[in-house]
Amino acid sequence: MQRWQQAGFGLYVHWPFCQSKCPYCDFNSHVSDAVDHSEWAAAYLNDLRRYALETPGRVLSSIFFGGGTPSLMRPETVAAIVDEAVKLWTPANDIEITLEANPTSVEIGRFAEFRLAGINRVSIGIQALNDTDLRRLGRMHDAREARKAIEVSQAVFDRSSFDLIYARQDQSISAWEAELRDALSLAAGHLSLYQLTIEPGTVFGARFERGLLQGLPVEDVAADMFELTQGICEAHGKPAYEISNHARPGEESRHNMIYWRCGDFLGIGPGAHGRLTDAAGQRYATVARHMPGDWLKANQAGATHDGREMLSQDAQATELLLMGMRVNSGVDLTEYQTISGAPLSPTRLEPLRAQGLVEITNGRLHTTPSGRLVLNWVLKELLA
Amino acid sequence: MTQLDLIRNFSIVAHIDHGKSTLADRLIQLTGTVAARDMKAQMLDSMDIERERGITIKANTVRIEYPAKDGKTYILNLIDTPGHVDFAYEVSRSMRAVEGSLLVVDASQGVEAQTLANVYQALDAGHEIVPVLNKIDLPAAEPERVKAQIEDVIGLDASDAINISAKSGLGIPDVLEAIVTRLPAPKGDRDAPLKAMLVDSWYDSYLGVVVMIRVIDGVIRKGDRIRMMQTNAVYGVDKLAVLKPQMVDIDELGPGEIGIWTGSIKQVRDTRVGDTITSEKKGCETPLPGFKPAQPVVFCGLFPVDAADFEDLRDAIEKLQLNDASFSSEMETSAALGFGFRCGFLGLLHLEVIRDRLEREYDLDLITTAPSVVFKLHMKDGEVRDLHNPADMPDLTYIDHITEPRIKATIMVPDDYLGDILKLCQDRRGIQLDLSYAGSRAMVVYDLPLAEVVFDFYDRLKSVTKGYASFDYVISEYREDFLVKMSILVNEEPVDALSMMVHRDRAEMRGRAMVEKLKELIPRHMFKIPIQAAIGARVIARETLSAMRKDVTAKCYGGDATRKRKLLDKQKAGKKRMRQFGKVEIPQEAFISALKMDG
Ligand SMILES: Nc1nc2c(ncn2[C@@H]2O[C@H](COP(=O)(O)OP(=O)(O)O)[C@@H](O)[C@H]2O)c(=O)[nH]1
Ligand SMILES: C[S@@+](CC[C@H](N)C(=O)[O-])C[C@H]1O[C@@H](n2cnc3c(N)ncnc32)[C@H](O)[C@@H]1O
Ligand code: SF4
Ligand SMILES: [Mg+2]
Repeated sequence: MQRWQQAGFGLYVHWPFCQSKCPYCDFNSHVSDAVDHSEWAAAYLNDLRRYALETPGRVLSSIFFGGGTPSLMRPETVAAIVDEAVKLWTPANDIEITLEANPTSVEIGRFAEFRLAGINRVSIGIQALNDTDLRRLGRMHDAREARKAIEVSQAVFDRSSFDLIYARQDQSISAWEAELRDALSLAAGHLSLYQLTIEPGTVFGARFERGLLQGLPVEDVAADMFELTQGICEAHGKPAYEISNHARPGEESRHNMIYWRCGDFLGIGPGAHGRLTDAAGQRYATVARHMPGDWLKANQAGATHDGREMLSQDAQATELLLMGMRVNSGVDLTEYQTISGAPLSPTRLEPLRAQGLVEITNGRLHTTPSGRLVLNWVLKELLA
Repeated sequence: MTQLDLIRNFSIVAHIDHGKSTLADRLIQLTGTVAARDMKAQMLDSMDIERERGITIKANTVRIEYPAKDGKTYILNLIDTPGHVDFAYEVSRSMRAVEGSLLVVDASQGVEAQTLANVYQALDAGHEIVPVLNKIDLPAAEPERVKAQIEDVIGLDASDAINISAKSGLGIPDVLEAIVTRLPAPKGDRDAPLKAMLVDSWYDSYLGVVVMIRVIDGVIRKGDRIRMMQTNAVYGVDKLAVLKPQMVDIDELGPGEIGIWTGSIKQVRDTRVGDTITSEKKGCETPLPGFKPAQPVVFCGLFPVDAADFEDLRDAIEKLQLNDASFSSEMETSAALGFGFRCGFLGLLHLEVIRDRLEREYDLDLITTAPSVVFKLHMKDGEVRDLHNPADMPDLTYIDHITEPRIKATIMVPDDYLGDILKLCQDRRGIQLDLSYAGSRAMVVYDLPLAEVVFDFYDRLKSVTKGYASFDYVISEYREDFLVKMSILVNEEPVDALSMMVHRDRAEMRGRAMVEKLKELIPRHMFKIPIQAAIGARVIARETLSAMRKDVTAKCYGGDATRKRKLLDKQKAGKKRMRQFGKVEIPQEAFISALKMDG
């Protein structure tokens, strides 16, 4: 069996609109009060049908509505996309259909309708469990709504996860520890815990550059927070399976695992990326027009992406490591060799092994707990 | 050939921006030497950089025909000299080729440091001097006050100073008349054997080496065979011309005349400025007193940012050297910066000009290491060695003592800033020699180590005086001081490109500044890295760069694979610019920033 078949086949749908722009966020998200929902629904369906022509007979293992804020989509749009997708491709028996949701009361009110539209998993952007920090993160919800959203989602959907951002301004290790324990007591089977990243081009990025973003943890504290998080989650039965993702075994996000295992996925909607392997076995990267207006126009004119990049063997092997090393199970070295045509160079591998940053278990190369903390360095040593 | 009494040879001396080039333009224009349509501002500043920065680097010449009020037509030869101290040597040699000077002083600014330095050179050359007060069109012009200043500070009679505006043309006819009536005509014997002074030489891509001469005695004609008395080389005169300022062929040049000739000379290095030129046969007996060649005093390393450009850099340096015998170079290898050249310059401006030209005219991207001076190592066995590069410092046990170049610096500054200037000079190991006032301006003369001046003295001077100070210097002597080599060790490995010669008393301060800066510049590694400054085996400053603890991207989804791949390509490219010291990798940018350090 081919690798891309093993790793599953996913569909990513990008909804590019939000109620307001969060100061830390560099996702392709825009604030607009003039969204013609039926026009957008039609556009997504166009794209689905076009992609279906080149991927006949594939088994669809997951759909992911991401954003932006897809919980602002009309449930009927979501339903139309899900219905069309399961018509165009054969759905897996256990198909995972996730929607990213923001926990404002309006959106909580729509959970049931999303369930009827076919959504069976939600990932809620909680970010923090206290009002002060939620305000500093520029969020539109408060802690009470956050708890409510978690509670309702668990009643409505089969699976529910939520995201927190930590290593925030002025957050002490002990405050984070308390908040994390609280979160774990609320969580179902899955939890995403991201350290706050200051991205260039965001409001935080600009403040940081001018030295105005104070109180961020220094490297050592951030490292301690990460290690503490690993330990607590593991003890709680939700070990990390990826750098920032924790799950009870079996509850991992199947859709995201496609990314990390370098499986195929379609990306539709503005700025969405995709990876596709054609019948001849050639793999391509696709990326759609970035700006919502441009994308919509291009879509109506018949094509949404700017062309495809053919991925060389080298690029594919590189991606396998870049993505695969993020998950605890790591990368199959035989698979790496098959794709790249050569084994990983021992002169690069051995020093990392000697330093205790990586290990090889049953033919899979993976990070150790200390390697995980410096994964970018490990990858640079392996590949650059 | 022109009668001696119808010739006047002169130069113009001025502080930068006092209007030397503008005046030269006016003189050329008023005499119709250049047709109006060919006139461009600053005729004599021909190099791009000269025009752009408004400075004269090489001496340039123009021959002007002037019909004077006495009804006779005179030949005026103007040699435009560089104003900047780095080129003082060029100034002095061009001054020896003429008999008089116009001293141009900006009537709104008054006498400045370069005015003094240049006027003393003119007096040394025995010149008759005509003071000219320029910019009297400016409301701030105070010609009477400036006249008094010229008399007080320089000791010249300024009662007949000419008031002009080079900009508007006011007073220019008076200047031309004064050149004829107040400056002396040259002397010489037409019937004596040929004796001419080699004033300058440069490389021209069409003509090869062009030699500028001033005839003292005898006559030089096209087709003559001549001998250079110092090198004893013999050449044929293929072309003989005068500069108006474009070349105009001429059959012969007699005593007092200035012109150029060419004769299949391969490089500028084959000519010695100050050499005496005579006929191959029946030449003159005694040569003119010669010049010492200019010695480079400031050195720095020039390395290509991209190692692949090394050959291009070599070619570019060779081409520039065709034209500039005072710029020296020798190949250098540095573990930090790769292959490059250690280059010698007459001063900091010279360094900057050459570097700019290499980058601009030859499209090179260069790393310039911190400038240093030539130290003299007096070895125990009596030998004296020049140290151009701190990295080459031999074992101390063989050295008896070290001397360094000192300068005599003249600084003119509004007295509000005097305190800051004195402090700056004192901090830089200066010894005050003189302090006097000319109106509200103070003039201080300091004895300073050149090494302290090449570092960042100009910048500091400019910033503490908000640009109001003027500064000039001459090299005075080599003197002993307590000088040591400070080396920098990264993870116990010495890093050659960062070693420097410092005064023992300032070593701790410099060392601390350097290790602190490096701590910011070197990326963290998986282990901790000591960064030390040391004199011999003694560590005088230390910082520790702690080990990297966290370097991981928090979120990474579908599209991030592409982003990460691109980042990796960048890292691969960056790796080429990394230098390995033992186990530590240091990016080239870190060296560049560390070497730019001030303090
Ligand atoms: N107002 C005024 N400006 C002048 C006069 N002569 C020169 N300048 C200006 O002073 C500046 C420096 O002149 P320049 O001839 O380049 O000085 P140099 O550095 O001595 O060659 C230029 O901006 C000129 O335009 C003048 O008589 N009056
Ligand atoms: C696609 S985003 C947005 C989902 C949804 N719109 C929301 O804001 O709740 C998914 C998650 O990435 C995380 N995230 C976004 N920007 C981040 C940043 N700069 N640093 C760390 N985590 C970030 C947040 O936890 C967020 O929930
Ligand atoms: S974090 Fe979520 S809600 Fe905020 S701007 Fe980004 S995508 Fe929109
Ligand atoms: Mg000028």
